[in-house]
Amino acid sequence: MRRRSRRRMRNWLPGFLLVLPSLLAIGVFVYYFIGWNVAVSLTDWRGSLKPSDTFVGLANYRQLLADETFHNDSIHLVIFTGFFMAGALALGIFMALLLDKGVRGEGVYRAIFLFPMAISFIATGIIWRWLLNSDSGASTTGINKLTEAAGLGFLHSEWHKTDSSFAVAAIALPAGWALSGYIMALFLAGLRGIPEELREAARVDGASELRIYWHVIRPMLLPVLLSAVVILAHISLKTFDLIYAIDPGGPRTETPALYMWQTTFRGTFFARGASIATMLFIAIVLVITPYIWYTMRQERKK
Amino acid sequence: MQIRRRQLLGAGLGASALIALPGCSDQGGGSGTPSTEKKVEVFSWWSGPGEGEGLAALIEDFKKQNPGVEFINAAVAGGSGTQARQVLTTRLLNNDPPDSYQLHAGQEAASDIKADKLEDITYLYEAGGWKSQFPKGLLDKLTIDGKIYAVPVNIHRSNLLFFNPKKLSGWGISGPPQTWSDLLAQSKTLAGKGVKVLSVGTTWTQMHLMENVLLGELGTAKYNGLWDGSTDWNGDEVIKALDTFKQILAASVVGTDDWQPTIDKVIAGTAAYNVMGDWAAGYLQGPKALKYKTDYDVVASPGSTGVYNFLADSFTLPKNAKHKEFAEAWLKECASASGQDLFNPLKGSVPARLDSDKSKYKDYLAWALQEWQNTSTVVVGSLVHGVVANNAWKSEIERAYGLFFTDKDSKKFAGAVKAAYAANK
Repeated sequence: MRRRSRRRMRNWLPGFLLVLPSLLAIGVFVYYFIGWNVAVSLTDWRGSLKPSDTFVGLANYRQLLADETFHNDSIHLVIFTGFFMAGALALGIFMALLLDKGVRGEGVYRAIFLFPMAISFIATGIIWRWLLNSDSGASTTGINKLTEAAGLGFLHSEWHKTDSSFAVAAIALPAGWALSGYIMALFLAGLRGIPEELREAARVDGASELRIYWHVIRPMLLPVLLSAVVILAHISLKTFDLIYAIDPGGPRTETPALYMWQTTFRGTFFARGASIATMLFIAIVLVITPYIWYTMRQERKK
Repeated sequence: MQIRRRQLLGAGLGASALIALPGCSDQGGGSGTPSTEKKVEVFSWWSGPGEGEGLAALIEDFKKQNPGVEFINAAVAGGSGTQARQVLTTRLLNNDPPDSYQLHAGQEAASDIKADKLEDITYLYEAGGWKSQFPKGLLDKLTIDGKIYAVPVNIHRSNLLFFNPKKLSGWGISGPPQTWSDLLAQSKTLAGKGVKVLSVGTTWTQMHLMENVLLGELGTAKYNGLWDGSTDWNGDEVIKALDTFKQILAASVVGTDDWQPTIDKVIAGTAAYNVMGDWAAGYLQGPKALKYKTDYDVVASPGSTGVYNFLADSFTLPKNAKHKEFAEAWLKECASASGQDLFNPLKGSVPARLDSDKSKYKDYLAWALQEWQNTSTVVVGSLVHGVVANNAWKSEIERAYGLFFTDKDSKKFAGAVKAAYAANK
């Protein structure tokens, strides 16, 4: 009995010790701070650098739910996420399909399509702020200048400066541009993973190319699509730097992440900032958990 | 196999110990024990052109006065102090303050005072006789609950209207507007020529414009009252002034850029005016190499002639500063006439002291200094630049402004600002 337990320990102990450092690091730097953040969100800490230990329950959350700025920001986030994901997926899948058909110099195209992701969001934002400029007359730059020069002046757009609540969708443009190459890489890998025999078999059965894509390839790409959606969704919820670089403090493009930063570090509303952070965290968990559950189930099946 | 496993075990233990180490060594490092080292660490956001050179000149003079003291310049760049503020917040929370840090003079200090992070330095004012050397209007704005916590190095002016005189006469306009309704009248003439009357940038520049519209429309007494509760934000006059601001904004070209590209439009002639603080004069004179009065000109913003809507950079003495003796020496340097006269011509601002050397200030600064030292000038404080509202209230005003900018509802905005004042006093 004793010997067996010792042997068992010998089996798991070295492995455990090996992962212990990273467990500790993650425990402190991720889970402890999530916990601390939630604890702060339940206090009334504001206006001072001294943490408050007055427990106020869910008062901060109730205030946020009644806060018009938070409403607007959340709507902006939903709009941004919708446009960003749809755009990045559509463009990424399109590029993957094109490359999968076989092009000469595929490696070059792959690299070119992937490059935007290598640029930091801040740099992307600064370039796109210039591209999305909507000044009138001589100070126009970027896309508006291009359409003007091409005689398509009626296409002049206010982009993220319009009064419409869809202003934030303009920011989905650079975000989608930056991530579409990554989506392309994901789907290209997925397409390459589909054995050629399956297509051949379908062709032998007399299926048209379109039908092959719809009935053979589409179902096999569903797991890839799911990963892509989850990756894009959580990036979108966290996006801060890109929006800050394009329109710092602009009310039409503000999202909860920007509101959190503004109110915490400029306004010293630490508890309110922590509440926003917690809500963002919950939103991300809601997106990711079903995905993890799904992949774990898939793996267990195997 | 056996050996291998043992090696792995050792490696695992070693790594665990490494993780634990920093946790132990952290003790004592952060606490503010006084030190006998001869050094002083000064925290600021001065690293850009002009201000960086100004700070360097100040440091050099400090070293001359205090030989053998090592000076650590802890400057964090960006965003008129927003980035620096974040770093500083972290350090103050860890009880690891620099020996002196930069703040906008006025209510910006309120949250740090409330958190018991700042030393009352009234004793330095008394010992140095500074109270008679700074204007009284300034001292009033520096005093919080009867105590002074900061030494102002420079004075900036917020209520200025910049324009390009050549372009202005080219459009057939005889001179800059005297009131905000004059400006709206000029906007009609200019619209016919395809020119916008004002160039406005990102949110803070819009609020910078708003405070000066309020100042011009309400006058100094009521403007001051906005910040201490004696002027009712919901009153008709304030609502009317906010409506005027809305009209002005509607007639302007509103971008999302910072102030430099925004004022560039005035020089290029796509917009006629820009309301900006006097750091813009330094930018136009320096990097843009433009001549005062011929290439660019500047007057007080409409309705604020003879008023100095000021903001000032100041230095403080945090509690638990490790090198207090030299921090005091640094503050004395900041308050000295020689220090201020070295710093300000480079920074593009005027000295807070009344006994400075006028010959060092040229062009715009000569006019500014004359206005500052004129005893009939009324001194009021800026909202956007941290003089009249504490950080919490200011950020709530910014939040309300975000909604105001989208729904253009003056009454709702005024109500929100008033409620936020009561909640964050």
